[in-house]
Amino acid sequence: MGLQDTIKNRLSNNELIKNSLMKSNLINNPLINKIEWTPLNIITAIILFVGFILTIARFFGGLGTVTNLDDNNPWGLWIGFDLLCGVALAAGGYVTSSACYIFGLKRYHSAVRPAILTAFLGYALVVFALNYDVGRPWRLPYPIFYSPGTSSLLFEVGLCVFLYLNVLFIEFTPAAFEWLGLKKIRNFVVGLTMLLTIFGVVLSTLHQSSLGALFLIAPSKLHPLWYSGYLPVYFFISSMFAGMSMVIFEGSLAHKYLHHKMDETHLSESDGVVLGFSKAASFVMMGYLGIKLIGLSIDNNWHHLFTSWGLWFLFELIGFVALPAFIYAVAAREKNVKLARVASILGVLGIILNRLNISLVAFNWQLPLDQRYFPSWMEIAISVFVVTVGIVAYRLITAYMPILYEHPNYKHGDDSKNKHGHQED
Amino acid sequence: MTITRRKFLGWIGGAAAGSATIAGTLAHGASNKEFKGYPNSFGVLHDITKCIGCRKCEQACNEINTMPAPEKPFDDLSILEKERRTTSTAHTVVNKFISSVPNSSNNVEQNKNINGDASGNSIALYVKKQCNHCLEPACASACFVKAFKKDKTGAVTYDASLCVGCRYCMVACSFNIPTYEYDEPLTPRVMKCTLCLPLIQEGKLPACVQICPREALIFGERTELIKQARMRIQKHPDKYVDHIYGEHEMGGTSWLYLSPVSFSEVGMREDLGTNSAPELTAGALSAVPIVVGLWPVLLTGVYAISKRKEKIAQEELEQALAAARDEAEEITAQKLAELKKKMTKEKETAVKTEVKKVLDEAAKREKAAQEAKADASAEEEK
Amino acid sequence: MEQVFYTLQDFMVHTKGITYLIMGGLLAALPLFWLFLTGRDEKNKTF
Repeated sequence: MGLQDTIKNRLSNNELIKNSLMKSNLINNPLINKIEWTPLNIITAIILFVGFILTIARFFGGLGTVTNLDDNNPWGLWIGFDLLCGVALAAGGYVTSSACYIFGLKRYHSAVRPAILTAFLGYALVVFALNYDVGRPWRLPYPIFYSPGTSSLLFEVGLCVFLYLNVLFIEFTPAAFEWLGLKKIRNFVVGLTMLLTIFGVVLSTLHQSSLGALFLIAPSKLHPLWYSGYLPVYFFISSMFAGMSMVIFEGSLAHKYLHHKMDETHLSESDGVVLGFSKAASFVMMGYLGIKLIGLSIDNNWHHLFTSWGLWFLFELIGFVALPAFIYAVAAREKNVKLARVASILGVLGIILNRLNISLVAFNWQLPLDQRYFPSWMEIAISVFVVTVGIVAYRLITAYMPILYEHPNYKHGDDSKNKHGHQED
Repeated sequence: MTITRRKFLGWIGGAAAGSATIAGTLAHGASNKEFKGYPNSFGVLHDITKCIGCRKCEQACNEINTMPAPEKPFDDLSILEKERRTTSTAHTVVNKFISSVPNSSNNVEQNKNINGDASGNSIALYVKKQCNHCLEPACASACFVKAFKKDKTGAVTYDASLCVGCRYCMVACSFNIPTYEYDEPLTPRVMKCTLCLPLIQEGKLPACVQICPREALIFGERTELIKQARMRIQKHPDKYVDHIYGEHEMGGTSWLYLSPVSFSEVGMREDLGTNSAPELTAGALSAVPIVVGLWPVLLTGVYAISKRKEKIAQEELEQALAAARDEAEEITAQKLAELKKKMTKEKETAVKTEVKKVLDEAAKREKAAQEAKADASAEEEK
Repeated sequence: MEQVFYTLQDFMVHTKGITYLIMGGLLAALPLFWLFLTGRDEKNKTF
């Protein structure tokens, strides 16, 4: 492992990238400029159209016309899925960037940009979706700039999400600056990486946990198996493996559809990222199971396990935490990337199940069945619409900006001389 | 003994919770650890045994708040057959509960007669439901724009000009009281009982209390109402359960209830606990600044350690490289020297052989010359 | 500026408000102090 070899590799990569850049300019841009009516694109167009219509219905008819929300169930799918799941699944950003920059796991470097992009889009969509859910969205800046209700955990969540969205945006801009050829400002922002990463971890710790803490105020409404003084800790810890699962899952999708966009570094590192994250996710999941057990014990909730709620609770924990943890472990031991991808799907589903359980299923569990909430088709359609907007944005950005490959002019070097050498050419 | 137990405990306390002593000396009265609510704040005592379910309070509430008229008129009591909750157009509702607990109280008997719908051992009980105006309101604790406030009169007020419409207050309220104008597209508000604050400020009674024909609602200072309620329980232990609902529930509420049967039988939850909403969230909220304070230090430390390790690894790599280079150089030098030695040796032998050759040749030539000389002299002699 | 609080709620709004300001200050001060602390170190940043 000589230094020269890596330099040689980088140089040959450079040429590869230049080639692929040229190719992508030739082949891909027309694809976007002139939309090809593949079945996937037609479905996307339909979803976007329906979403547009429902948006009009929401803002001209009020929440009542499109949602099944009522006075007993003030929070529905848009909070349970769009906010809680969205934020948890966007945790890949802080997990990956802290692994790479703070813990010094340099081999994850090529995974940082896609993860930051997903996180940025995730948070942007969370805020976008919030505009549908709150009654007067134009007042969303009020809590931060006009009348801060500091005793509220939602204030904490709002402040952190607002700040973190900005941090993610700044962390994402180097890709845009490279694409636009703004070298100076790009280098300035890259110089802030460390600061932004630490800031991002602080903010993520706070709002991931505070999302769980939102429910601390309602012990009488959330089923005791899910209600716990540890809710903030559960949300924070589970956000870690949610983020890692999402990075793996999203990576497998990107490999399927955007393979041609990836450079050799990305391709050669991606298996390592998958297996490394499998190992980490598996262990964190086991730790999570442990603290869930502690939660049961500390509140003496054992007897609830033998009710139908208990079965559902165990289904969530065994089927969607223990099982993926085990599959991840096998995948990491046998260096089986495909198996890790299977586990990541379970992991992502598990997080969605957990957040929906806490916000919708086990919330208001004491109400008679006819007073319980089930989302309307329009709420589901808006959620699908929001996710689709995210996917379209991801495709557009990865098509133009250096996300899945390193820009030939701005290679990440193992030492600064190397980097400078490249920046000067 | 120089160290007394008291002194020792003082030290411990000082070390463990320095802030406690500071708070105790600097902050006076109500700003200390225990908060007793606004002094002389008002409340309402609802004596369930006295309510006859006439729905007059509902009507008064509807009128004072200029709400739209309901589908069925207020004198239609058939609506009581189904349990209702507050809605965005009804800040208060009266519900009917059939209780099987036999009670010999005169008052309840009277109710039975009036309504004529109780048979055998069961009696009909009527309970008014509205905002309980918590001493530590969950809605205020949950609100991220301070739209809810506990007023000094006891009323929990709502300011629609601040409300964003997140509806976290509705999630937070244990009594399921706040409602929302879901069908309002532009200016939806959270709706709930105001305790008729404008009337109170004018020195009048809340509309529902004013109109109540049976004194099932009594308005007054909360502390006085608690005394009054205790007195009633003491006087008629057979008539009331020994519990004033709202005295401690969720940290205490301005509305207080007396009931002849357990409160869970009349649709009021008895499992809410006595912790107020701010107490429930205080732990999580106080963890926030500590994370902000410590995480950057911890993470920068991890970063510095990983950097340091990297640097050491780099230095070790360089050292190893240098050592390898030195070794290689030494070996080449050695080899070179050997080669030189060998070369000189070879050169020497070559010279030697050359010299020898030359000398040999010279000797040969001399010999030949001598022989030739001898031959020539021999011929002369002949 | 002695303030009397009658409810825990008001007390928390007040104290948390100040604490949030302190948090902001800390977040600004810590990186600056780190820069001072490592100002004389060799530069070996590689990102």
